[in-house]
Amino acid sequence: MGVAFDEMKGHDGTAVRPAYGELDRWLKEVPPDVLDYRRREAELIFRRIGITFAVYGEADATERLIPFDVIPRIMSADEWRRLEKGLTQRVNALNLFIKDVYGARDILRAGIVPEDMIFRNPAFRPEMNGQTVPHDIYVHIAGIDIIRVDADTFYVLEDNARTPSGVSYMLENREIMMRLFPELFSRHRIAPVENYPDELLATLRSVAPLSTAKEPNVVLLTPGVYNSAYYEHSFLADKLGVELVEGRDLFVKDEVVYMRTTQGPQRVDVIYRRVDDDFIDPLAFRPDSILGVPGLMSAYTAGNVTLANAVGTGIADDKAIYSFMPDIVKFYLGEEPLLKNVPTWRCREPEHLSYVLDHLPELVVKEVHGSGGYGMLIGPSASKIAIEQFRAKLKTAPDNFIAQPTLALSTSPTCVEQGVAPRHVDLRPFVLTGRNGVRIVPGGLTRVALKEGSLVVNSSQGGGTKDTWVLDK
Amino acid sequence: MLSRTADNLFWLSRYVERAEYLARILDATQRLSALPLAYVGTGNEWESAVLTAGCASSFFKAYETATEENVTDFLAFSTANPSSIRNCFEMARGNARAVRTALTGEMWDAINGTWLELKRFGNGPSSREETSRFLRWVQESSLRFDGSAYRTMLRNDAYWFSRLGVYMERADNTARILDVKYHLLLPDNERVGGPLDYFQWAAILRSVSALTSYHWVYRESLKPWLVADLLILKEEMPRSLASCYEAIVRNLDAIATHYGRQGPSQRQARGIRTRLQNSKMDGIFQRGLHEFIGEFITENNRLGLAITEQFLQ
Repeated sequence: MGVAFDEMKGHDGTAVRPAYGELDRWLKEVPPDVLDYRRREAELIFRRIGITFAVYGEADATERLIPFDVIPRIMSADEWRRLEKGLTQRVNALNLFIKDVYGARDILRAGIVPEDMIFRNPAFRPEMNGQTVPHDIYVHIAGIDIIRVDADTFYVLEDNARTPSGVSYMLENREIMMRLFPELFSRHRIAPVENYPDELLATLRSVAPLSTAKEPNVVLLTPGVYNSAYYEHSFLADKLGVELVEGRDLFVKDEVVYMRTTQGPQRVDVIYRRVDDDFIDPLAFRPDSILGVPGLMSAYTAGNVTLANAVGTGIADDKAIYSFMPDIVKFYLGEEPLLKNVPTWRCREPEHLSYVLDHLPELVVKEVHGSGGYGMLIGPSASKIAIEQFRAKLKTAPDNFIAQPTLALSTSPTCVEQGVAPRHVDLRPFVLTGRNGVRIVPGGLTRVALKEGSLVVNSSQGGGTKDTWVLDK
Repeated sequence: MLSRTADNLFWLSRYVERAEYLARILDATQRLSALPLAYVGTGNEWESAVLTAGCASSFFKAYETATEENVTDFLAFSTANPSSIRNCFEMARGNARAVRTALTGEMWDAINGTWLELKRFGNGPSSREETSRFLRWVQESSLRFDGSAYRTMLRNDAYWFSRLGVYMERADNTARILDVKYHLLLPDNERVGGPLDYFQWAAILRSVSALTSYHWVYRESLKPWLVADLLILKEEMPRSLASCYEAIVRNLDAIATHYGRQGPSQRQARGIRTRLQNSKMDGIFQRGLHEFIGEFITENNRLGLAITEQFLQ
C-alpha cells in the first residue's frame, strides 16, 4: 500500500486540486481556534437535537454522538457526473440480478454465478421464488459504499441493498454546516441535497401496488426506539410526512395491511421498512421476532402491499456475491462496469484460501455476512497474535470469509487535535430507484477515520462524518 | 393518527404535569414542616405528602417512617418509585422520543433539555437549598414544556390528545389533595381546628398554585369552605375540577368534530361537567365532601379508561 491520494493536495502534496481551491484559501484565513470552537458548537447542537446512535454491547453508552468533522469533503461536478453514471449502472444491474435470481435464473444457467452460492446463501429467500414486485424494482434505496484511490479511480466497496442507513447524517450535516459556516458557503456553489426526502417519497409512491386506487398510504416501519438508527427513522418519517410505525401498530386482515389509528383501521399500501427480513413477519421468518407484523408476508405475496426494499435483496449485497458484480453488470447490461470492484478472494475456493492464508498480513479479511466493521481483520495493522487467531477461524469456516487487498483510501483534510491533517474517507451516496428510473441527490455520507493512519471509518469503531459537497459547475 | 402516537402524547403530558405536581407538594410540605409545631399541630406532614402523591403503599414497602429525607428522596429521585419526578421525566422523554415526529422542535427541545439537565442533579440534592432549587427547576421545566406545546403545536388531534393528558392528570391531582385533606376543609372545622389549620389551608392552595388567586377571587382571609369552593367549582381557577372538566370536554369535542363521531368518552365527560356545574358547596357539604370527592375520582378514572378504549389502543 503506497502513499494515499489526498483529495485536496493529490499524491505528491504540492498543488491544491481545483475543487479544494477556495477551501484551502479559507483554511489559511481562519484562525485554528475558530474551527475548534465551531466543532464544539456543532456537537452541542447535535446533542440538543438528539442525533444519537446506539452502540450495541455498551450498556452505559446507549446514546452516543457520531463525531462530526467541520471541514467538508469536496467533489467537482465532473467527478460526480462520472460517479453518478457508475452508480446508476450498478443499481440497475442489482435489480436485474435479483429479479433473475427469484425468476428465470438465466445467470445461473449461464454458469456465471455458481448455484450453491445462491441456494445455500442465508440471505436467499425461497418465499420470493416466482414472485413479482411492482415495476420489477427490488432495491428502491441503495447505499453504495465508494472509496477512491486516485484522481480517476472509484471502487465500490459494498453494495448495501437491504436497509442502508446514514442518510439523515447527509442531511443534518449539511444543515449544520450552513448554520456554522455561512461565509464559506457563499464562496462556493454547492449542489443541494435537501430535496432527498421529496425524491424518496416520490420513489416510494411510484412503486405502490398496481391495484392501489387512490393516493397510496406510505409508512415507515421501525424496530423501535432501541434500534441504533432510530433517530434516522423518526427524522425521515418527519421529513417525508408519513407515519412512523412499529410492528404493533400494524395488523393484517384478509391479506391486507392496516394501521391502528385513533379513527380505526386504515389501509397501508407502501412500507418503507427499516426492519430486516428475518424480523419482518414472525409467521414467515423468525418466530421469536416481536418487531414484525404477523401475516405481513401473506399480504406482500398477494401483492397488496409494497415493501421497500423488497424481501430477499440481501442475496445481492452479500460479500461473496460482490466478487461477481463486474460479470453481473456485463451479463445484464452488456456494458463494461464504470465503477471498479475491489479484487476479492473467496475463501471458499481452495486456491483463493491458500493465497489468503499465505498473505494474511497484507490483506483485509471480512465475514461474508458481517457489517458495521465487526469481525474483520485488517492485516497490516493487526498484531501477530490477532492474525494467528484469525487464521484458525478462517481454516474452520472458510466459506464465511472473503479477503481483499488493503486499499489506500483517499484522504481529506480533517480537523484533529494537532490542527488540520489528512484522514482516510469513504463515501456512501444514496441511490433511489422508482418507476421513473434512478435518482441520486448529489452528495452522500462521507465517513472519516479520525485516528491517524486508520482505515476503519465505521461509526461503531470510532469513525466520524463530514458534509459532502458536490460543486455545481 | 396512530393510536400509539396519541397514547404517547397523552401520557407525555401526564408525566410532565405529574412531575410538576409532585414538586409543588414537596415544596408546600417543606414550608409547612419548617413552621413551629404550635402552628401546624402534631400531624406528620411528610406522611400526608406521601398520601397526596398517591404512592403510600409503595412508599411504606420501602420505608418504615415518613421523614423529610426519605419522602423527598422517594418522591423526587427514587428509581424504585415508578412515579418519582425523575422517573416521570425519564418516561416523558422516552415517550417523546417514540413520537418525535408528532412533537414540534420546541417541545422536543424542552423535554430533551430537561432530561439532559436532570443528570446534573446526580442522585439527588444534598442540601435543603439544593432541594428548593431542584423543585423550582422542575416547575420551570414543566412550564417550559407546557408553554412550548401551547404555543407551537398545530391545532389538530395531536394537540387535543396532549391537552387531554394535562387536564386528566390535573383533575386527578387536585382531587387527590382534596381526598387527603378534606377533613381540614369541612365548614365546622374552623371552630374545631381554629387558626391552627390556617397554614394547612395555605399549604393546600400553594400545592395547586392558588394562594394568590384565592385572595383575588374572594377578597377575604382563608376560609376552609372557600378553599374547597375554589378547588372544586370555580371555573376561573385553572386547577379546579370544574375548570379541568371544561377543558376536557372542549378537547374531546374538538376530536369528535374532527373525526365526525361522538363516543362514550365525550358523553361521560359531559356528564361529569354537568354535575360540577349544577353543584353548590352547600349541597356538597350536606351530602358529604369526602363521598363527593371519592365519586369524582372514580368517575375520572372511568373516563380515562373510556378514552383509552375509544382512541388509544
